Amino acid sequence: MLRLEGLELAQGAFRLAADLSVPRGATVALLGPSGGGKSTLLAGIAGFLPPRAGRVLWDGRDLGPLPPGQRPASVLFQDNNLFPHLSAAQNVGLGLRPSLRLSSPERERVAAALARVGLQGLGDRRPAQLSGGQQARAALARVLVQERPLVLMDEPFGALGPALKAEMLALTSEVLRGRGATLLLVTHDPEDARALADLVVVVAEGRASPPAPTAAVLADPPPALRAYLGPPA
Amino acid sequence: MTRTGAPRLPGALAALMVAGLCLGTLVPLLRGAGEGGFGAADWAALRFTLLQAALSALVSVALAVPVARALARRRFPGRGALVTLLGAPFLLPVIVAILGLLALFGRGGLVNDALALLGLPRLSIYGLHGVVLAHVFLNLPLATRLILQGWLDVPAERFRLAATLNAPVWAVIERPMLARIVPGALAAIFALCLTSFSVALILGGGPAATTLELAIYQAIRFEADVAGAAQLALLQYLLCGAAAGLALGLAPGAMGGAGLGRAVERWDAQGRAARTGDALAIGGAALFLLLPLALAALRGVGGLAELPPEVAGAAGRSLLVALGATALTLILALALAMRGGHLALVAGTLPLAASGLVLGTGLLHLLRPHVALATAALPVTALVDALVALPFALRALAPALAEIEARHGRLADSLGLTGLRRLRIVLLPLLRPALGFAGGLAAALSVGNLGAIALFAAEGQATLPLLMARLMGAYRMEAAAGVGLMILVLALGLFWAFDRGGRTRAAA
Repeated sequence: MLRLEGLELAQGAFRLAADLSVPRGATVALLGPSGGGKSTLLAGIAGFLPPRAGRVLWDGRDLGPLPPGQRPASVLFQDNNLFPHLSAAQNVGLGLRPSLRLSSPERERVAAALARVGLQGLGDRRPAQLSGGQQARAALARVLVQERPLVLMDEPFGALGPALKAEMLALTSEVLRGRGATLLLVTHDPEDARALADLVVVVAEGRASPPAPTAAVLADPPPALRAYLGPPA
Repeated sequence: MTRTGAPRLPGALAALMVAGLCLGTLVPLLRGAGEGGFGAADWAALRFTLLQAALSALVSVALAVPVARALARRRFPGRGALVTLLGAPFLLPVIVAILGLLALFGRGGLVNDALALLGLPRLSIYGLHGVVLAHVFLNLPLATRLILQGWLDVPAERFRLAATLNAPVWAVIERPMLARIVPGALAAIFALCLTSFSVALILGGGPAATTLELAIYQAIRFEADVAGAAQLALLQYLLCGAAAGLALGLAPGAMGGAGLGRAVERWDAQGRAARTGDALAIGGAALFLLLPLALAALRGVGGLAELPPEVAGAAGRSLLVALGATALTLILALALAMRGGHLALVAGTLPLAASGLVLGTGLLHLLRPHVALATAALPVTALVDALVALPFALRALAPALAEIEARHGRLADSLGLTGLRRLRIVLLPLLRPALGFAGGLAAALSVGNLGAIALFAAEGQATLPLLMARLMGAYRMEAAAGVGLMILVLALGLFWAFDRGGRTRAAA
């Protein structure tokens, strides 16, 4: 279980408060207007932003002292998820061994993960030789081999077209649910939440609300979210 | 928070070492200063130093803007070679450059011969305008490279966006970019022009055109006025420190909104006038830079037959010193760039305040009681050369490293890539182009540098520049020009090899 205990984050003059718990294995959409603090919240959980107050706990363990690389979390950013000078297989391999000195079983795991996301045979290509959708798949393959219980995604498919984005979200959900990972997905699109998420955390006006069932939140949005979504169609 | 990001400890050690070496040399100066008065001639030297540096910086940058714009938006055969060549005059041994400028603009130079043919009065290259001319020759390429970098750092998407919107590229992209880049370029060249002793020595002089460094040299050489020299040296140190601090403070940082590195395509400036203007800018700059180089080389070819037998050993020692200095410069610069912040800024500025000769003198005083100077000659020369090159290497590395960290730092952190592993897997491969450029700078500067070696070297220990100086001292000018050509070839060859090595196989 992910627990944000009296968490207060600050970035410049911006403040965000969160006090909530996310059950293990849930898929949660962080929904809200841009500038509302969705990415700030994710950065706080990932360990890029030290909290001003409060704690981030995973299964009761305080993550505060852990640097990002040692937290039980994989992260996908909006862009630059792959190192341009490394091949797709090497980029995935970093998720297993940051030293890049992979044993042959580990190399097989990398190849299997690439195949799982539909990139079989493309492991030797560099990111520049892959399409945007293929780059997103390679990044997802790395999340797979990392096998961390918490996956944090900051609109990772925002640059893809609607069909490709829907496909990637479906693939993400498919490969991650199978292993019981907890997924936190930042999105500004309520349709993403509807398609994928069990729960929604509304991040707006400096506050992250406790998670609530997606259908209920979207059917009867709280005022902060209602202002962002606009009048119901 | 536990540590993330690039390793920081090596930078602290590097800063400590640099500060120790640079500030250590101040001690004897402080002891000597304050005993003599500050006369009218000293004020004149201060005024002239500032005036020539300011004029040189303004002219260099004003000329560099159209050249950089033309290079940024045109593709033509030889463009790559020309851009590489833009690194050359900065790396050129200053004495060789002056030799070339004299062959073009000097009393018996091509320009004056042409003027005489037309019945016009001859121009003199000596005095303020000669000093500025030489400084523009030496710094126009640097200014062009700095500003060209600014143009190339503009993401291609912005030009596409401007083209789509039919927006004026000058107002929405180029002017803001220049406003960000030009102050740093001005300050850098101003700082460089404060310390070019050889230019002032050969083209300046007299009450109207004496720089502080020249005054220091004259105080020691002709008046044996050590206290006065120390006072001037301290002033020079402070002046250069302030100017260098300003230059580094204004250094353009990593830019936001990085592009994906496609070739720069432009949809504006396709008209005949723009094309002609660009051709003139590129052609004029190439001629201005190449002609003196060619003349210096031509004289050198004639002198090759006169080369003394000790030239092979001197070339070997020059190469050895240059490679040692380059390795040390790159290690120090990389450590400081990873550390970043004020510490790196100060450590990267200090060597600019102390000239190679001042550093060498300080080390001489430190070492003389303990070591035979002949033993120390080559290592100390490499050390001083490394320090002299450090600010430039750091300037090349730090923005590149900052951009890599901005773009990939969080990903590296999230994957646990810290410490040496981050260096090996992320930073070194992505820094290759910047490392190649910085290494080329350091190697070429070292090959052409006559400084500390002159204070230390025993007979039979000369490097190429010292050999050249000794030949000139013996009035063997043909042979000196031949050695000058060897220095030129070695300096440019090393720069080319490093720069090229960094750029090939570099990541997209």
